Amino acid sequence: MNIIIILLPLALMLGFAGLAAFLWSLNTGQFEDLEGAGWRVLSDDDLQPPRSPSVPARKDTAP
Amino acid sequence: MSMANAIDCSAFIWHVGPGRARMDIAIDGIRCAGCATAIERGLSSEPGISIARVNFALKRVTVEWDEAKLAGAQILQRLKDIGYQGYPFASGAADGNEARASAYLLRCLGVAAFGAMNIMLLSVSVWSGNVSDITTETRDLFHWLSALIALPVAAYSGRPFFDSALAALRNRSVNMDVPITLGIVLALGMSVVQTMQHAEHAYFDSAVMLIFFLLIGRLLDQMMRKRARDMAANVAALRAETATLIREDGSTAVLPVRAVNPGDRVLVLPGEKISVDGRIISGRSHIDQSLVTGEIAHLPAAAGAKVYGGTINIDGALTIEVTASHEGTLLDEVEALLSQATAARSKYVLLADRAARLYAPFVHATALATFTGWMLAGESWAHALVIAITVLIITCPCALGLAIPAVQITAAGALFRSGVLLRNGDAIERLAQADTIVFDKTGTLTLPQAEWLNPADASAEICEAAGRLAMSSRHPLAQALAHALNSRNPYDNVEEVPGSGVRVMHDGVEMTLGSAEFCAANDQISKAQLLYPGASFVAFRKGADIAVFALGQKLRADAVAVVEALKARGLRIEILSGDCDEAVAPIARELSVSDYLSSVTPASKIARLEILRQQGRKTLMVGDGLNDAPALAAAHVSMSPVSAAHLSQTAADALFLGENLGPVVEAIDIARQGHRLMVQNLWFAVLYNFVAVPLAIAGLATPLIAAIAMSSSSMVVTLNALRARNRSAT
Repeated sequence: MNIIIILLPLALMLGFAGLAAFLWSLNTGQFEDLEGAGWRVLSDDDLQPPRSPSVPARKDTAP
Repeated sequence: MSMANAIDCSAFIWHVGPGRARMDIAIDGIRCAGCATAIERGLSSEPGISIARVNFALKRVTVEWDEAKLAGAQILQRLKDIGYQGYPFASGAADGNEARASAYLLRCLGVAAFGAMNIMLLSVSVWSGNVSDITTETRDLFHWLSALIALPVAAYSGRPFFDSALAALRNRSVNMDVPITLGIVLALGMSVVQTMQHAEHAYFDSAVMLIFFLLIGRLLDQMMRKRARDMAANVAALRAETATLIREDGSTAVLPVRAVNPGDRVLVLPGEKISVDGRIISGRSHIDQSLVTGEIAHLPAAAGAKVYGGTINIDGALTIEVTASHEGTLLDEVEALLSQATAARSKYVLLADRAARLYAPFVHATALATFTGWMLAGESWAHALVIAITVLIITCPCALGLAIPAVQITAAGALFRSGVLLRNGDAIERLAQADTIVFDKTGTLTLPQAEWLNPADASAEICEAAGRLAMSSRHPLAQALAHALNSRNPYDNVEEVPGSGVRVMHDGVEMTLGSAEFCAANDQISKAQLLYPGASFVAFRKGADIAVFALGQKLRADAVAVVEALKARGLRIEILSGDCDEAVAPIARELSVSDYLSSVTPASKIARLEILRQQGRKTLMVGDGLNDAPALAAAHVSMSPVSAAHLSQTAADALFLGENLGPVVEAIDIARQGHRLMVQNLWFAVLYNFVAVPLAIAGLATPLIAAIAMSSSSMVVTLNALRARNRSAT
């Protein structure tokens, strides 16, 4: 039964890690717009819009 | 929009750093990911804007920018260029409180989930050990570890219940949270004592799981309220009412109405909507109060007269001193009636509260009876107490706590998809009970703006000329005509004759548009008056040709179908209108509604509702005018179109969007289904107690049985509630 000396703290630490992750996501506002994330998956803003060849194909660097 | 009359948004901007400004903007028409991308890209490509982030759930965009480079109004202009109308949005203190309350409940829920999972890990080991070869030492270790997790977790996550129970006790009353708190505290206390005595069972997992499930119910309830509030706030911002403020130095600025304070002076030009309540200081005009009182006739107004927000200034510029902006004083009569009506409404007891009232005495009586029963049967008092406490634990209302909020939030989602915004979560159950619908006429059954009634009477050529000329007039009727005729390209050099109409020379022909005298069309207008009683008329003369345009109220496109659909659902329909009989009768006939009253004052609207109430009827009032506000508050449940006067929206339980009445039928259907599911859920909770309580009384409810019973009943109730998403389910 000595194994529980390792397993119990391990289980608790995993639990704490989950709790910490949840609180972090809450504090960074990830629960404020639950619909948006689903829609954003569908948007193509990671694709480059067609541009003239002279402009390097990079993301906007607007200040 | 030129900078001269651009909106001054400074009241909505807050500063987040040196030179950095931030503003929330409510946006009309975000429907899909494409819209959001277009808005975010369009705004962030503007030099000076550093952050533009759309919140889908709230239909708002938060913009952060460099104040040195941009003014707030330019951002709204930029949005308009992209194709979206944006309205600066003031997040009030109440919003912040709601958001904090939600975040607090979520944090509690997270902690409770962590506790429940880890304790369950230990409990499952103990349960499987109990049927095989666990030693007493190992079991005690696991129980102590559970206590180590459960006590702080319960102390933190249980706070919402403890606080509410304490508050209730301090007021010498009992609410649902009192038995919950008692159950949690006794379960934890008993488990600690049991653990000290090396007992086989401890109820740490039950106590924490109980908190977890109850918090879900509490959170759903809170989300429902927050959502209703967010939607109402958006509607308020989207009304986009502005006022032209006259500053001390005589200069003017266009401000959103929320930024105008009592005592300020505002200028209202002819044809503009008056957006504030106030007193006329100078100027003379006629005022169209139809949207407020339902009366179509225009009233003369001069210095000293009171004016009300939502009315339209017809023909003279007015300077108004604001007595109250978006909320506050009103027609005194309406205000007094409104507060009476609101007090009467609060007598209604919600389904959840009725269940809670039955629940607490039942639980406590059962626990007490169990204790005395086992004592009489010769058990030790300690053992009898343990069994009595398990009764308290197992009857704790997990399913009851979820039964109603879960249905409310799914039904509110379904309502939102059909264009109904709930202002009150509990409106669903009252809506489901409605058996009589009372409609207001002006602006509710009819469209809020004047429509063109006689399209057959004029040739296309005349219509085109009249429409182009009408565009140059600021008179509301002329503007309604131009809108109805889809006019483009106004004429140049149009002369406006105040109080009469507009005149232009085009291709050598003189054209006039305006009153009957101005166009010498008295005969034609008196003929038209016979055909269209209650309508307003605009005359048009081009050389020798004369045309008369009748403008008046038109039924909403689906009004007839909606009234039929409502009758088919067994609802009685009535019309109560402040307008005259000649205007109401034809509409009632068209809708085949035989019960209607015309020229009704706000007080007699309430009196009528009271008669209906005494007949045992539950009334749904649908209205929009200021004169409907007391009736909306007095009715069993009420709805307003989104174009309604501000006060009416505040008094109504739900708002419906768009030009159609269809959402009223949908709302009734969804509410009835939701109510059915709520009642099913409550019966399920009763059934659960019928099975679980005898087990507990017999002393057979082990922690394992408690865990299975709690989680399975909560699951069943939640899954049943999800059926409210699906309209075809019954």
